[in-house]
Formats: sequence, structure tokens, C-alpha cells
Amino acid sequence: MVLLDALLLQLGYNATLVSLGAALLGAAAGITGTFLFLRKRALVSDAVSHATLPGVCVAFLLMAAFGGDGRNLAGLLLGSALSAWAGLCCLNWLTQRTRLAEDAAIGAVLSVFFGFGVVLLTVIQTLGVGRQAGLEGFLLGSTAGMLFSDALVIAAGGAGALVVILFARRALTLVAFDPDYATAQGLPVARIDMLMMGLVMAVTVVGLKIVGLILIVALLIIPAVTARFWTERSERVVLLAGVFGAVAAYFGAALSASAPNLPTGPLIVLVSFALFALSLMFAPGRGVLAAVVRQRRFQRRVHLRQGLLALAQGQPIYEALTLRLLRRSGLARADGVATESGKARAAKALRDEARWEVLRRDHAHGPAAALYDGLRAIETVLTADQIAEIDRKIGGPKEVRT
Amino acid sequence: MIGAEFVPLSLPPLLIGTFAAVACALPGNFLLLRRQALIGDAISHVVLPGIVVAFLLTGAISTWPMMLGAAGASVVAVALIEAIRRLGRIEPGAAMGVVFTTMFAAGVLLLEQTDTSTVHLDVEHALYGNLESLIWLDAIGWSSLWDPVALAGLPPELPRMALALLGVGLFVTVFWRPLKISTFDEGFAQAVGIATGPLGLALVVTAAIAAVAAFDAVGSIIVIAMFICPPASARMMTDQLEVQVGWSAIFATLSAILGYVLAGYGPLLIGLNDAVSAAGMIATVSGVILAICARFGPCRTRAGAPSGIS
Repeated sequence: MVLLDALLLQLGYNATLVSLGAALLGAAAGITGTFLFLRKRALVSDAVSHATLPGVCVAFLLMAAFGGDGRNLAGLLLGSALSAWAGLCCLNWLTQRTRLAEDAAIGAVLSVFFGFGVVLLTVIQTLGVGRQAGLEGFLLGSTAGMLFSDALVIAAGGAGALVVILFARRALTLVAFDPDYATAQGLPVARIDMLMMGLVMAVTVVGLKIVGLILIVALLIIPAVTARFWTERSERVVLLAGVFGAVAAYFGAALSASAPNLPTGPLIVLVSFALFALSLMFAPGRGVLAAVVRQRRFQRRVHLRQGLLALAQGQPIYEALTLRLLRRSGLARADGVATESGKARAAKALRDEARWEVLRRDHAHGPAAALYDGLRAIETVLTADQIAEIDRKIGGPKEVRT
Repeated sequence: MIGAEFVPLSLPPLLIGTFAAVACALPGNFLLLRRQALIGDAISHVVLPGIVVAFLLTGAISTWPMMLGAAGASVVAVALIEAIRRLGRIEPGAAMGVVFTTMFAAGVLLLEQTDTSTVHLDVEHALYGNLESLIWLDAIGWSSLWDPVALAGLPPELPRMALALLGVGLFVTVFWRPLKISTFDEGFAQAVGIATGPLGLALVVTAAIAAVAAFDAVGSIIVIAMFICPPASARMMTDQLEVQVGWSAIFATLSAILGYVLAGYGPLLIGLNDAVSAAGMIATVSGVILAICARFGPCRTRAGAPSGIS
């Protein structure tokens, strides 16, 4: 069981380092991404992550030109942060000062910065073979040669982002849900947006080493979307997204360590997608399965009610589902004739319908009458006294004849 | 320019780059106005799993299965995005982010698991393409353009890209009126009897065809850049759709030619020995054009926005 060993951190120093680093990164990305998702700007992260490439290359060129080691991770990350920031400024300028919509601005920044980065990559390649080794790793992430100092950089970055979020969470949440209200409250919305983007940038930069710049977007978006299925409360969405992100990253990293030719970044993304797919299907409330169950239950209630009304009025029932439902609950026999309990329920249903009719004609009961949907029991709307009042108007119960 | 060098080495990549740029820019105009600009981004990512699966099924790098695989992957992606958006009630941007990153990751994983050492198939190729390598060895000069024997040796990407451009051009010309009406006023389009749903899907499929054809020749960076940058620049120049489409074609052509020339000869001017990535340079030039238009274009601000207020 290599996978079990990997999950229990038994696969050696490098695998352990990668797994722990990935889990921390996953948590930070999930939590940061939640605010982005709630603000409905999830794809901005795509522009930010692609915009890091020119910075990485420029940093490499500069460090190599001044005789240092071009592959110093801290230096490369600093460069990527600067160019991601430039990309963000371009994005903001395009959306605020020109007529372009945000999606077009995202696409423009993403493609142009990435294209320029590729130009610089080829420049680096022409300068000397071999020395650029590792820079391509930033596209898809490479964890093979991760050093302890690299892990420290990642840990520090992730922890820093989490601390900032801890302090700014109320403002971030408020701006994400209702920027207009936040403005009215006197919050500097533009600056808080910038803070959010700064956090996204930090997570992206930190994640470059492990998952690479093309796939880091997934770590920001998917856990948040997944968490949203499970709860309606924003603070729980944030926490759950962190948990999902960490679990996916840890599991993905462990999986990738368990066999050769399994790249870390793609596996982390696929594990988080698996969590997403499970949530989409099985989450209570917002999941597909829950919706199907709800729909079926509703359908049954409608059929049962209509069947009872038909029984009460002595009409024959032809609809197969209605007949089956009535029979299964012991309200009708196989030939569609009402049983004793069926007669009683039918009489009650018809009587309730008559009560509702009176209620809906009476303007004094406006709000109560608005609740009528053909299924609601009248006892949930009126008190016993009020029902007795209506009963005086419509007379006593009538027997159902068959 | 000397024909003997220019025709075999530079003419085919220039033409392919230009055709690819214009073929992407044309549908890009409508996608931009419909706020679907990032569809191009999503398509260019999901093309990777499509071609890897096609390669696994056929076991060879052959054009048509790969094109089919890529086209199939784009359709699957669009369907998945739509399904997740509706089933999960998730905003379209996030649904798109979930789908294209996952499919791209699956593509990378499949690629790593497959033995592709004998064939030229890797992620870098998918991203940057190999525009520079599309040379026409049979040509000896301008006269080769009329020589059927030499013409048979043209890189196959050239006629394919020309065909894609023709198809996209035909689609836009034939459906011009319904496209225009439904882009600006979907409700009115439905009222006058235009099937807006199928038309929107047809637009996305056309864009996918252009993207897949271009992707094969020039890589996905150009595809994303050309879907968005030339139409966005053109949007700054005019308020009329006809004029905008014209400008976008001009900008796309300009980016392709300038980008290719700069990539090939620019480094020599600043003392470097080798050319840089043409695909990346074309994207960069289109970005510079966009920056210029966004700064100085006559229609760069939102209509009706008072001047002096951001």
C-alpha cells in the first residue's frame, strides 16, 4: 500500500515536505478563493496567475545577469508577484477607464502577459541551454526537487495570507455580498477589493512551485464552489473551502508520490474536482440528488391530493401514478374504489378545499389566502376557532358515496 | 525582400498566422459583445485532453482524429459548463473555471501517463505551437506559387487554416443580420422569430472550429489573444459593428505580421542570436495594439459616461 504510506507521510523526506506544503497551500487557496467566488470574480484569478509568467522570467534574467543563481525561489516569486500586480493594475484600468467588460479585460491581460512571458522564456532558452531548467516547471508545477527552504517560503506565504484574512474577514465578506451597502457603511471598497486581489496574488505566487500557474486557478475556485453546496452561511463556506482545499491538495500530493509519472498539480486538481462532483450530486439541500428527491416528494403530494379530491367527487381515476400512490397508502383498492380510510381522507380533502374557497373569497384573510397552493393543510394557516367559523358557513361534513 | 528565402521560410508561417488571427478575431467580436469572451480561453484549455484522447485512440499524430478530438472536447466542455451552471446554480465564471481547469489537468495527467517520447506531443507545444517550423521546403522563389509540384509540398496547416477562415467568414456573412440582432437585443431577436438558442450555440461551435484549427498550427496563446485583443481594440475605435469587425480583422492581421517579423528579426537587432517565440510575440503585439487603442481610441469610454469621471 504505497498510497497509504504516502498518506501517512512514510515516503521519505521530499514527499512529506510536498504533502504538508500542498495541504497548507490548499487551505490558503480555498479560503482566499471563497471571497473571490462570493464576489463573483472567480476568473480574475486566471488573469492573475497567467500574469506571473513574465515576472518569473524577468527575475530569472536579472538574477542571472548579476551573477546570482537564477533559480532562487524567493527572487522568482518576488518577480512573479510584481508582474501579477502589474497585470491586476492593467485589468482594473481596462474595466474602469474603458468600455471593456471585466471578462474581456481578463482575457486580454491573461493572453498578452502569458504571450510576453513565453517570448521571455524563449529568450532565456537562447541564452544558454540547461540554465533555464526549472522555469518550465512554473507552468505546471514541479515538486521533484523541492527544498526545505522552498517549503518554508510556501508555508510562510500561506500562513501570512491566512492571518490577513483572519483580520479582514468581516470587511471582505461584506464587500463580497453587498459592495453598495459596504460603500454606504463607509468602507473603502476599492481598497478592500485590492486587498482581496493581493491575497489571491499571494496564494498564486506561493502555489506556482507546486501546482503551476495554469492550474492554480482550480485551487482558488473549485474548493469554494464545493463548499457552497454544503451550507448557506458565509463563515462556514470559508472554513469548509479551506478544509476541502487542504484535503484535496494533501490527497493529490500523496497520490502523486505513490507512483511515477503522476504530476502533482493535475492530481490535486482532479481530486478537488472529485470532491466537487460528489458535492454536486449528494449535498443536502443544493445537491442534485436532494433536488430529485424533493421533486419526487412534491409530485407525490400533488398526485395524492388530486386523487383524494377525485375520490371525494366520485370521479373515476385513470392516471396510473395516482392510482398506485392511493393503493399503496391504503386509500383505494386496485379497481380505484375508495377504502374506508380513503373515504375519510377524501371527505377531509374536499372539505378543506371548500374551507380554502371561503377563505380566499374573504378579503380579511388576504395574507393567509396568499399561502394557498393546493397542497397546504389549512390547519397550518388558521386557528381552530377560525376554522370553526368557516365551518359554520359551509355546514357539516358530508359523507363520500361510492 | 529576396524571394528565394522569403517564400519558403517566411511566407507560409506569415499566412498561417494571419489566417489564424483573423479566423479567431471574427467570431471574437460577437463573443466580446455577448460577454462570452472567456469561452475562447476555456476552449483553448480543453483542447489538450481532446487531442491526447484522440492520440491514445489512434496511436498516431494524425490531423483529422486530433481535430475531431479537440472539437469533441470543446463540445463536452460547453455542455459541462452549462450543466454545472444549471444543476448547481453556480455563476457562469466559476462553472467555467471548474470545468476547464479540470479538463486541462486531466489532459496533462493523460499525457504524462502515455508514452509520447516517439512523437511530438507535449504541453509546451500545445501552448506555444510551432509557427516557425511550418516551412515550405519545396519552394525556390516567387515562381513556386504557380508551380503545382511545389504547391503540393505546402505545409498542410496552410490550406486547413485557409479553409477554417473561409468557413468562419461564411458563417458570419450568412448569419450577419440574426447574429447582430441577437447580440444586441436578444428579446427583440426572439420576437422577430430568430432562434437565439441554436444561433448562440452555432457561434460557440464556429469559434471552437476556428480555435481548434488555429491551435493545431499556432498554439493556444494566439487563440486566446486573437479571440479577445483585436475585437477589444476595435471596440475602442467605433460604435458600429460593421466597422468594428473590419478594424478587428485589420488589427489581427497587423498583430500576426508584426509579431512574426519582430520575433524573427527583433532579437537580431538587439544583439541576440536566435529568434524568439512567434506565437508569444504575436500575442504581445496584439496587447500593445490594445493598449494604444485603450489609451487613444475615439470610442474608448462607455457610451454616455460623462467625461472627466472615471
